[in-house]
Amino acid sequence: MTDLNQVIFSNINGQDPWSIQAYLSSGGYQTWKSILTDQINKHSPEKIIDAVSKSGLRGRGGAGFPTGKKWSFMPETSQQKYIVCNSDESEPGTCHDRDILKYNPHALIEGMAIAGFATGATVGYNYVRGEFMIECFPRIEQALHEAYELGLLGTNILDSGINFNLHNFLGAGAYICGEETALLESLEGKQGKPRFKPPFPANFGLYGKPTTVNNTQTLASIPKIIQNGPEWFSSFGTEKSPGTIIFSVSGHVNKPGNYELPLGISFGELLDYAGGMENDKSLKAVIPGGSSTKILPGEIIQNCTMDYESLQKAGSALGTGAVIVIAEGSCMVELLKRISRFYFAENCGQCTPCREGTGWLYRILDRITQGNGKINDLELLVDVANRIEGNTICAFGDASAWPVQSFIEHFFDEFEYMIKNKGKSIAA
Amino acid sequence: MLNSKIKDEIDHWIHKFPEGKQRSAILSSLHAVQHHNGGYLTTELMNDVADYLDIPKIQVFEVATFYSMFQTKPVGQHEIAVCTNISCMLRGSDNILQHIEKRLNIKAGQSTIDGKIFLKNEEECLAACTGAPMMMLDHHYIENLDIKTVDQILNDLEKNND
Repeated sequence: MTDLNQVIFSNINGQDPWSIQAYLSSGGYQTWKSILTDQINKHSPEKIIDAVSKSGLRGRGGAGFPTGKKWSFMPETSQQKYIVCNSDESEPGTCHDRDILKYNPHALIEGMAIAGFATGATVGYNYVRGEFMIECFPRIEQALHEAYELGLLGTNILDSGINFNLHNFLGAGAYICGEETALLESLEGKQGKPRFKPPFPANFGLYGKPTTVNNTQTLASIPKIIQNGPEWFSSFGTEKSPGTIIFSVSGHVNKPGNYELPLGISFGELLDYAGGMENDKSLKAVIPGGSSTKILPGEIIQNCTMDYESLQKAGSALGTGAVIVIAEGSCMVELLKRISRFYFAENCGQCTPCREGTGWLYRILDRITQGNGKINDLELLVDVANRIEGNTICAFGDASAWPVQSFIEHFFDEFEYMIKNKGKSIAA
Repeated sequence: MLNSKIKDEIDHWIHKFPEGKQRSAILSSLHAVQHHNGGYLTTELMNDVADYLDIPKIQVFEVATFYSMFQTKPVGQHEIAVCTNISCMLRGSDNILQHIEKRLNIKAGQSTIDGKIFLKNEEECLAACTGAPMMMLDHHYIENLDIKTVDQILNDLEKNND
């Protein structure tokens, strides 16, 4: 089988891997120190951005935007610039950033310092979801404290002339704050309502200043990429989807867990890692990248490799790498209703199609499960979803529409059966 | 009035932000105030935060009512939040929640009559999907739940008189 944990989690096997001693003894902060000593020739910001671009690293927060390209959008300016980490992990099915914060916080801190240097940002904020306040937050705070104590952060770091100050921030429970401009609003102390784009954060970000927002896993991948070189990183994975990613495998499997593996492994191999199907049930369907990505029936995903291209070709997306495995016997109507309830509850209320539409979706699904569905409800559901998709400020609207469209496309019979049989599930 | 401990905590947060950007400290200030007030906010406390941060009161109210971790009505002393999002649902979270509701004789969103337990109506995924089903007890994650574990936790809570 393919080796696990080759990049982000390569150093978390020893004792207390979250401590700075453990991180240093596994080669941690070498990249950052090397930048501090040779910031002109070997490690100019241009060269770092170039290396990140060459590595093929794409944002692991769900959208998959090339990281080096995102960094290159930061303007040359004398203004204050910011680097912000999105640790507001909350895409249903996703729980790998939590493990990075818990087990490898220094990789994130080092990654943020490098990102700050490369983009010209001297201040960074790590936005951690509020629910992590007891479990992850003290650990990332402790790690930050340790890094400052060793003089690895601050002003004129190790006499290099480089400044970088980093702060952890705590959210307060709002899925929408995972959207990067909503996150910036929240960081400014406002309601988490996404901003209209353009301007993008690189031009108008935190406090209106140039800002780059990257996901936790993306930033935690950076130190090793610079240390070992972009070719090393891209030697994992496929040509178009290089590197490793942490798959959060949940649902009906024997060993749910976070598995860091090269992109492009087959779905079957990933399922083997997760111990196979629970109780030897057969596979019914998989949501491959968090609840916002389109569901794929078992017979389709079984022929997929787990990378950007293959899942897109199959009609879904890699998203956050949150692989939700669903066994035969599950009621797809009830599952979709739960997903739709979530988007109804979590929409920010800003755009009419999403605010009103998510309520429509949930209420129609609710009446179907209550036995009061009408035969044209399925047409209505898809119609409402289609009217949300593409008509909102941020991607939340699309994320609420895609599950509805894909569940009905692939499991139409189940929805129809329930309507015709007054709320009885075909799966029961 | 905010006590000096809370003010220190708020100051700690204000210092993370540029001069004049103390609005950024609203979320953390509300966390601190809520924590010291037994798990919920009052209008008076929100006004105090606004005054201390020197910002309009509405800016604090709109944050307090937007984020799900802030309670603007009195709730029980200990908060239980059962994740019922998709990954937990697939592994039996609905049975866990129903069991708790039945045992405490309340519905999600309500607190027990003795004011001890608040069963939060949790809509978000709590990002512990590989340990499903799970819940938070006062923000401590408890994973791989079964009815027996839940009963044990509730027994301990009921015995504990703090």
